[in-house]
Amino acid sequence: MSRRKLSRRQFVAATAMSSAALITAPYVRGAYAAGKLSIGFWDHWVPGANKASTELVNEWAAKEKVEVTIDYIPSQGNKLLLTTQAEAQAKSGHDILAMSTWLPHAHAEQLEPVNDVVEAVIKQSGDVNGTVRYLGQAGGKWLAVPACVGSQIKGPCSRIDLMKKHANIDVQAMYPAGQAPKADAWTTDAFLKAAEACQKGGVPFGIGLGETSDSVDTVGAFFLAFGAEVVDAKGNVVVKNDNVRQVLEFYKKLMAFLPPDAPAWDDSSNNKWLVSGRGALIMNPPSAWAVAKRDAPQVAEQCWTHGFPVGPKGRFAPFLPYYWSIWKFAQNKEAAKSLLLRLSQPDAIEKMVTASGGYDLPAFEKLTTLKTWAEEGPPKGTLYHYPNPHKHQVLSISASPAPPKVAQQIYTQATLTKMCVRFYQGEPMEKTLAWAEGELEGFMRS
Amino acid sequence: MVDVAFPPNRVAGAGGTRKRSSLRTALKRKSTTAFLMTLPLILLIVILVIYPAFFSLHLATLNKSMQRFVGLGNFEFLFKRDTFWLVVKQSCIFALTAVFFKALIGFIVAHFVHNIPAKGQRKWRGMLLVPWVIPPAMSTLAWLWLFDPSYSAFNYTLSFFGVGPIPWTGDAAWARFSVILVNIWVGAPFFMIMYLAALKSVPDQLYEAAAIDGANWWQRIWYVTLPMMRNIIAITTLFSLIVTFANFDIVRILTAGGPLDHTHIFATWAFRVGIEGSDVPLGASVSLFMLPILAIAAIFILRDINKRGNEA
Repeated sequence: MSRRKLSRRQFVAATAMSSAALITAPYVRGAYAAGKLSIGFWDHWVPGANKASTELVNEWAAKEKVEVTIDYIPSQGNKLLLTTQAEAQAKSGHDILAMSTWLPHAHAEQLEPVNDVVEAVIKQSGDVNGTVRYLGQAGGKWLAVPACVGSQIKGPCSRIDLMKKHANIDVQAMYPAGQAPKADAWTTDAFLKAAEACQKGGVPFGIGLGETSDSVDTVGAFFLAFGAEVVDAKGNVVVKNDNVRQVLEFYKKLMAFLPPDAPAWDDSSNNKWLVSGRGALIMNPPSAWAVAKRDAPQVAEQCWTHGFPVGPKGRFAPFLPYYWSIWKFAQNKEAAKSLLLRLSQPDAIEKMVTASGGYDLPAFEKLTTLKTWAEEGPPKGTLYHYPNPHKHQVLSISASPAPPKVAQQIYTQATLTKMCVRFYQGEPMEKTLAWAEGELEGFMRS
Repeated sequence: MVDVAFPPNRVAGAGGTRKRSSLRTALKRKSTTAFLMTLPLILLIVILVIYPAFFSLHLATLNKSMQRFVGLGNFEFLFKRDTFWLVVKQSCIFALTAVFFKALIGFIVAHFVHNIPAKGQRKWRGMLLVPWVIPPAMSTLAWLWLFDPSYSAFNYTLSFFGVGPIPWTGDAAWARFSVILVNIWVGAPFFMIMYLAALKSVPDQLYEAAAIDGANWWQRIWYVTLPMMRNIIAITTLFSLIVTFANFDIVRILTAGGPLDHTHIFATWAFRVGIEGSDVPLGASVSLFMLPILAIAAIFILRDINKRGNEA
């Protein structure tokens, strides 16, 4: 038997190669092994709601032996938005980060696709609505997982007594708790008449026309109800069309019945309007009602959340989903996916919805009839129609169907609200449209 | 290899001594000590100012998705936008008007305070500095409540006199007035304290000489006070112009640029476009556009100071 002699030089080379191979080899780690995971969640405004998320994460972490750190980041003062932009620039930060409406598309190139997670959840809990797909998917890839926490519909919240008294509308009969809506007569014309009656009665509808989210969402739903596209799905500027002219005329009539300072309203103005008892209707998720329940119970007892009026092209309500995203630079992607799958299970979602008092909305269709919405009160059933359980209205987002990156510009620049205000303030229709056309062309940058 | 060419200890020892002595000499120099003492601040400025400034320049040359170099393409794009020119116009109106009134009010109040007997002057100085000392983000919130569209305390008060309601933040002209007013309120005390310091350094003999020459109140201001305060006025104006041009918090909190973009200034529009609209390169370009405007202002103001310095 011949024995090959290993020289010193060969020994050193072999050792160096083995060490290099060990260092550079991919570190394969299953989700069920130990590891670290850092999470940036949206800081919920409902007291105790964060606790439900923390408990769910800790349970999962204990089972999977993963060391987790959770930061709850508030959206006030754009803290979460700034964190997202900073992490995107630095390519470093949390593994999982909560992202609002437009941000998954804005950072699409930097996000880990999560088709495996979302498709599994859809199979289990039903499909998502078109808006969730529009905002969360690009080129067939799911950019992020639709989150229950923070997602909301900004539908009308009416005062039962004031609507009956001034507009002769029984919102509870129109949207009965536990039953399908009987709202065929709830049209944009009926809405306009009710707005006029309530304004004459000294309790105008509290709809903002500022540049913040609430104002933009409301105007967007009305634009869609009139079929008024400003940029089509292919990215063509199509603002000069009759549907846009029609909705501008509608808004001009509506604005005459709104508070005169509506162009200066921000997202807190409508809440204050309802809670102070000065108005008969606002467009908001149940946060205003929840504040009223605490600060003005006599107002809260008269609040009823319901659907949007139907326009010539349908009934649309603004839906603002939140997402949980995984950065491409995340250190523990497998664990992140495993956690997001856990947080999207029906029992986890029910726990989070309950903790938020019904504010949070799951994106999946089988989960829109949880008992929280039926039972919350007073008055009992006030939130029954909040999650759109009978698919009575199309859940939409302002500026759609423009390509999301263009729509984000239309949304953040509040182009639609500005068009309404300019036209209302006396600018000729064609001049308003020409101004909008110029603005929209500027949003086509890539 | 030269390690055995000559006795190492001798050469190394000589070199080391020379190095040590030159180091000691360098450390003894006042300029070196001054440099070392300012080094932490220089490092801070490099990390927090110089690096972000160059990074911002780099960002401004990228396309929206930050994957392609576009040179001056972002500026070309901005120059074609009406909203950009509206922002330029508003920033100039905002900064020039606010700085003018801050300087005027500061000058007048400084004279009042200067004429208060020394005993009670400290209290007045302290009280008048309060608006400048409170963080603007906090004080502007109080102003926001005073201007609130629906529950304005001002409108409530004015209603007793049959005036209003005034759309403080809802009408373009009133909104501009409101943001400028708050900026003046916050910034005037700074001018006041600078001018007060300048006033105190004017020798009394000059006023006495002027009085002997029969100068009246206005002539004393025009021919004695103002010339003696010129450099302070110039430096304070330049400093305030820079800070006011770059203002963000007051406008952001009070109007967020509305209504209809009529109160946007460079910083708030850059934030809207760059951070909220996820177009960071365009936002960087908007904020960088302040640089040439302020550079021109600085050249004019500082050149004037040098001229007077040489005359002196």
